[in-house]
Amino acid sequence: MKFATITFPGSNCDQDVYFVTSNILKQPSAMLWHDEQFDLASYDCVILPGGFSYGDYLRSGAIARFAPIMERVIEYANNGGLVMGICNGFQILLEAGLLPGAMKVNQNLKFVCRYSKLAVVNNQTPFTNCCKAGELLSIPVAHGEGNYYIDRPGLELLQANNQVVLRYRDQQENPNGSVDNIAGICNQAGNVFGMMPHPERCAEAILGNNGTDGLKIFYSLLNYQQKESGAR
Amino acid sequence: MRAKQWEQEGLTREEYDLILEILGREPNQTELGIFGVMWSEHCSYKNSKPVLKKLPTKGERILQGPGENAGIIDIGDQQALSFKVESHNHPSAIEPYQGAATGVGGIIRDIFTMGARPIATLNSLRFGELDHPQVRYLFKEVVAGIAGYGNCIGIPTVAGEVYFSDSYRGNPLVNAMSVGLMKHEDIATGTASGVGNSVMVVGATTGRDGIQGASFASDQLSEESVADRPAVQVGDPFMEKLLLEASLELIKSGTLVGIQDMGAAGLISSSSEMASRGRSGIEIDVALVPKREEGMTPYEVLLSESQERMLVVPKKGQEEQVAKIFNKWGLKAAVIGKVTADQILRVYEQGELVAEVPVSALTDQAPVYQRPQQKPAYLEQVQSFSPAGLKEPTDLSSVLMELIGSPNIASKEWVYQQYDHMILTNTVVLPGSDAAVLRIKGTKKGIAVTIDGNGRYCYLDPELGAAIAVAEAARNIVCSGGKPLAITDGLNFGNPLNPENFWQFDRCVEGISRACQALETPVTGGNVSFYNESPAGAIYPTPIIGMVGLLEDIKQATTHYFKTEGDLICLLGATRDELGGSEYLQVVYGLEQGRVPELDLALEQRVQGACLAAIKLGMIKSAHDCSEGGLAVCLAESCFEREFGVQIEAQTKLSAVAWLFSESTSRIVISIEPKDLARLTEVISTYDLPYQIIGKVISRPRFQINNWIDCDLKEMKNKWQQSISARMEN
Repeated sequence: MKFATITFPGSNCDQDVYFVTSNILKQPSAMLWHDEQFDLASYDCVILPGGFSYGDYLRSGAIARFAPIMERVIEYANNGGLVMGICNGFQILLEAGLLPGAMKVNQNLKFVCRYSKLAVVNNQTPFTNCCKAGELLSIPVAHGEGNYYIDRPGLELLQANNQVVLRYRDQQENPNGSVDNIAGICNQAGNVFGMMPHPERCAEAILGNNGTDGLKIFYSLLNYQQKESGAR
Repeated sequence: MRAKQWEQEGLTREEYDLILEILGREPNQTELGIFGVMWSEHCSYKNSKPVLKKLPTKGERILQGPGENAGIIDIGDQQALSFKVESHNHPSAIEPYQGAATGVGGIIRDIFTMGARPIATLNSLRFGELDHPQVRYLFKEVVAGIAGYGNCIGIPTVAGEVYFSDSYRGNPLVNAMSVGLMKHEDIATGTASGVGNSVMVVGATTGRDGIQGASFASDQLSEESVADRPAVQVGDPFMEKLLLEASLELIKSGTLVGIQDMGAAGLISSSSEMASRGRSGIEIDVALVPKREEGMTPYEVLLSESQERMLVVPKKGQEEQVAKIFNKWGLKAAVIGKVTADQILRVYEQGELVAEVPVSALTDQAPVYQRPQQKPAYLEQVQSFSPAGLKEPTDLSSVLMELIGSPNIASKEWVYQQYDHMILTNTVVLPGSDAAVLRIKGTKKGIAVTIDGNGRYCYLDPELGAAIAVAEAARNIVCSGGKPLAITDGLNFGNPLNPENFWQFDRCVEGISRACQALETPVTGGNVSFYNESPAGAIYPTPIIGMVGLLEDIKQATTHYFKTEGDLICLLGATRDELGGSEYLQVVYGLEQGRVPELDLALEQRVQGACLAAIKLGMIKSAHDCSEGGLAVCLAESCFEREFGVQIEAQTKLSAVAWLFSESTSRIVISIEPKDLARLTEVISTYDLPYQIIGKVISRPRFQINNWIDCDLKEMKNKWQQSISARMEN
């Protein structure tokens, strides 16, 4: 499976994602610089990594959406390509209109970095098919603006379409005050996915907490790809 | 009129006379300003140099000792670590968010200037007591500033320490340390050589921010210091992230002669230091420096401390290559002058000479002072105090609860959860343990890093207190499975012109030196911060020790908490009746007095040796340094993570209070499986040290020691975990 990770100026989890796709998953992986309009058609999955693109000075992801490569990412997503945004990547997907809703500053106004417990709400996506429905995952968060918001009708639509993919286990586990404890959502077609927690940070048992729940997200992608190519 | 001018630049009459002698004429205003910053303590170390010579700086692993932007040590496999600590105390007192943020930015820049990729930052903080609203404001903003900068640039903040004492109320301490990883072949230096080579400024533009920051750092804080807020720089971590990537790309490109961070005293300091190291001269034209403000005078351009800038000397004909790399990252690169042969620093403004000073006058020839010393009068009184006369508390459980809730001992989760401590996916032992452990990708190695200091001990006995700080740092490294390699020291003191303060400084350096020699951890560099005083007086003498250690195999990484019911708990080392200077005395009696614990460096080495040997043999389930709060606190901290209880049977001739709360040095609490006891005693016997099996880990969350203490562990944990956040969030 061919992975592309996009580097915007200020991205800082790009190397971490690349390390997982290339060294842990051992899949062909590329890192693409933001200011070129690469042809993405040859990749099987495009990942927008975490960080502070353009310093996040205006609003998280607000400037990155205008990067030249984003035109290609949008085109790629509209053609059904798999796009995953992690943390700042999720914020960029919202700003680019590939996912509905918006991100607000954490309720307690503080950056938070810790492990959080997530419930898998929808395991029928390319990003979660290796998880059981309702399974609890332990994956770290690290963000200052992860307070996902969408208005009532929007939320009802998300729920009705099974677009809420990951939820913080409960109010107590929710690090940012997001509506409906939302931690990750997908688009209606199910090929674009954004999550605030960082699966790339818990993909090896050696890392603190000994957890590898993050791998389940990446394995889901491989699994989906395998089935897809088998079906063809 | 002149007198006023040199005083304004922070110079003395004698120093002014020396300038006249060196130049053979009167300096103009720009030149006087140059001397003012370059001869400040911050840049010249004029007061501290003779004392710093005592520190051991040699060792087989040292690739770069003091004198460069940061030290470098060899960790094998053609890899090296560059690391250094630096203070940003005064800026943080005045403008805590930006002061702390730019402290982090500055030390990170020092590391990548050496050619290393920063992989971790640490910090050591001191504030007044949290019941003061102003202290809470400073604490909150400093932590937010460190977080804001470190999180954005994407370097994990993996470890640190915070202590609260009234001594720091008017003058908090913010020391930041950065650690970088590099290949030997990528080591860069801040040298300007090769006559005719260009001198370039790269990165951010230059503005009026931070002018005279170095002089400001070399003065006492007063009621009027708030007016100096413009002397505090403003940080842009996004810019620095770009600068970091561009600089490392530049260093790898092989186009460089030298590269130097523009930190304190900006352009003037970086250019004269580069010229000094290359035994050459430099001429620059300030008109060529890219600026963000109009109408800046040469003085302002030279002294600006605008952040995120570097001075670069490329090889001949490589200027365009340099510009190309920086332009890719959206950064500016401009030729502002060239290297000359005559060892003179010449500054032009649009071709007109505005300053001309011998390089050596700003560096080697800067004045050096042997300051008078005097043993402080207070010492005899505080040392003669004996806790023996105090009425001992009867309810020791509630004493322990109080200690656990003391902000000095309580969990620092409120702090480190604001720092991204996992990014770069190397953090194997997360914050909260004795030292942080990071793996080195592509190898089976790891490193352990810690930062430690104890201002109260140093106040009560500067030499011993400083030695204990080194010993504790090394113990923390060992408890995490690492072999201690080297240190960087952050030396925070009051006004050096006060003989009592200077005596404290001298004694602390002596103590560091003695401990570093015994533990074979040389000093690779560091930072001196004097003038840490407020109208209320000088701070406690506070040397901070940043230490790095090596794990040959990352599997040796060890955490501090108990893992399994039934494991035996063993105390390595011995507890003595040593309550002087303890957290117990402070919390229960409000006393910061007495004799600090003794330190036998030979025993310390044996305790550490035995612990590390046992870790390598794979029999240690947990290891935790026993320090502030004593054995009772150490045991409690070992229980919290997995919420185990303990059943401890102390067999001792000491009083309950002494056994529980003495802060005797050279002690480690370990846990092992019962089946490993024979193997453990075998290891211990080869090191010849006292030890005792004191109890076992139990599944019931009950904390029991003899009939002295019986507490509910969850209640203890709650108190420990909530203490700081409860004070900060209400």
